[in-house]
Amino acid sequence: MRNEWLYIGIFLVIGIIVPIVPLVFSRLVAPRKTNPIKQSTYECGIETVGDSWVQFKAQYYIFALVFLVFDVETVFLFPWALSIKQFPLFVVMEGILFISILVAGLVYAWRKGMLEWE
Amino acid sequence: MVFVNDPIKYLDAVIRDLLTGWGLSNGLSTVIIYFIGITVLIIFAMVLDIFLVWVERKVVARFQDRLGPNRIGPFGIIQPFADIIKLIIKEDITPGGADKFLFNLGPVLAISSVIILWAILPISSKIFGVDLNVAVLYLVAAGALGTLSIIVGGWASNNKYALLGAFRMVANMISYEIPMVIALLIPTILADSMSVQGITQAQGGMWFAFLSPLALIIFLISAIAELGRSPFDLNEAESEIVAGFHIEYTGMKFGLFYAGELLHAFTFGGFIAVLFFGGYGGFFGLEKIGLFSWLSNPFVQAIVFLAKAMFGYWVIMWIKYSMPRIRIDHMLAFNWKFLTPLALVVLVNTAILGKVLAGFPNWIYVLGMFSSNIVIGFITIQILRIYGRKQRNTLLKNSSTNGKNQEQVA
Repeated sequence: MRNEWLYIGIFLVIGIIVPIVPLVFSRLVAPRKTNPIKQSTYECGIETVGDSWVQFKAQYYIFALVFLVFDVETVFLFPWALSIKQFPLFVVMEGILFISILVAGLVYAWRKGMLEWE
Repeated sequence: MVFVNDPIKYLDAVIRDLLTGWGLSNGLSTVIIYFIGITVLIIFAMVLDIFLVWVERKVVARFQDRLGPNRIGPFGIIQPFADIIKLIIKEDITPGGADKFLFNLGPVLAISSVIILWAILPISSKIFGVDLNVAVLYLVAAGALGTLSIIVGGWASNNKYALLGAFRMVANMISYEIPMVIALLIPTILADSMSVQGITQAQGGMWFAFLSPLALIIFLISAIAELGRSPFDLNEAESEIVAGFHIEYTGMKFGLFYAGELLHAFTFGGFIAVLFFGGYGGFFGLEKIGLFSWLSNPFVQAIVFLAKAMFGYWVIMWIKYSMPRIRIDHMLAFNWKFLTPLALVVLVNTAILGKVLAGFPNWIYVLGMFSSNIVIGFITIQILRIYGRKQRNTLLKNSSTNGKNQEQVA
């Protein structure tokens, strides 16, 4: 068990090093002649107007909130899914009760018009 | 013979003998062996990635009635190497206002988020990285990391288009992760296991694609959305936001994003094969017959797995090159109003029916599961048809009244 996570740990480290290798290699052989015009931000050939880090739609926040509710609750479903075969139908029904609470949340968000993109 | 039947164990024993013979402790030799094994696995994945670039270019050419690369080497198979050399010697331009650290982190994460998925990919019953007992959750976590690379890259570029691409990717990811996780619950219920080896072995007799075809479709759609490939490629929509998140990337950094996307698609093809098509096995008991016992050889299994993964990759490509891009409001509505409720219905169906039919013989179980999915699919299509007709009628009514008004005005 401990070996498995050791393996994952080494894998993560090598997995991060591998894509850095071509970048370093490219740094060694590629030309580096930069100037302010080359470094300027692309905006269809015209000068950039205003700040690039613009404000964004509040709608993204609402979707993020709906997502949070679902994501946390779906994680709780995994232990239930693993234990279905061992437990009687009654326990399965309790899980379904939990899912119906999820559905109620979705229906509420839907009725409130949170899922509309304006 | 030992090597043919269990190559990893054999090589592990040989190298361990050698290292302990040099006087190293057992724990240290484990770390060194892991190091060697992981490096070989990752190099295999990267070489496969280079091959995938060629496959992608050749297949898209055929879809668009072109020839594709055919100059360098037989059928142009050396072309990706020429591309890599070109990408490496190109100048790497960092835009002036960019957040340098995050700008460089983006492409690195794009590749490493895919590579870490290979740690749990069961290439065959003997050749695999590690058999985690929470592999399904690991898959979800690593998938989210891939999306993070796009968000980081888009935000750090200091470009409005790149930022718009990143925003769209956030909306995309947080929406489609829900049906994906629910679709992942269904193989978990059917196999009673979260490890990929367990799920593969549970499909020895019957693929989960037959037990729950709807879950397969839901997983495929949400995997494509998570990859950000067409028709969900809003994050790089060339015709609206030019190239989206990788607009400011040049040279090898762009190459890493590109290679990461292809390998990600192939890896998801592999996971579709594992979760729904029996992975390296799933021969319906054929390998138990003496004549076909060679099917349980690890190398044969690896070839079977890679073929199935390639098929999944090809389906993802097929969808990519034949569907137009959808609008962002349609994309979110499709997920929240259609895919998520459908996934929940399929989940409840699988849980109850799996419990009720557990005592019956196997063929009734399979038939019941399959037909229940067909019934749910049919009802869904009917509901959509009624809804579509209603919406079409209101649109027609509105347009006809508008026409009348115009006539009166005239």
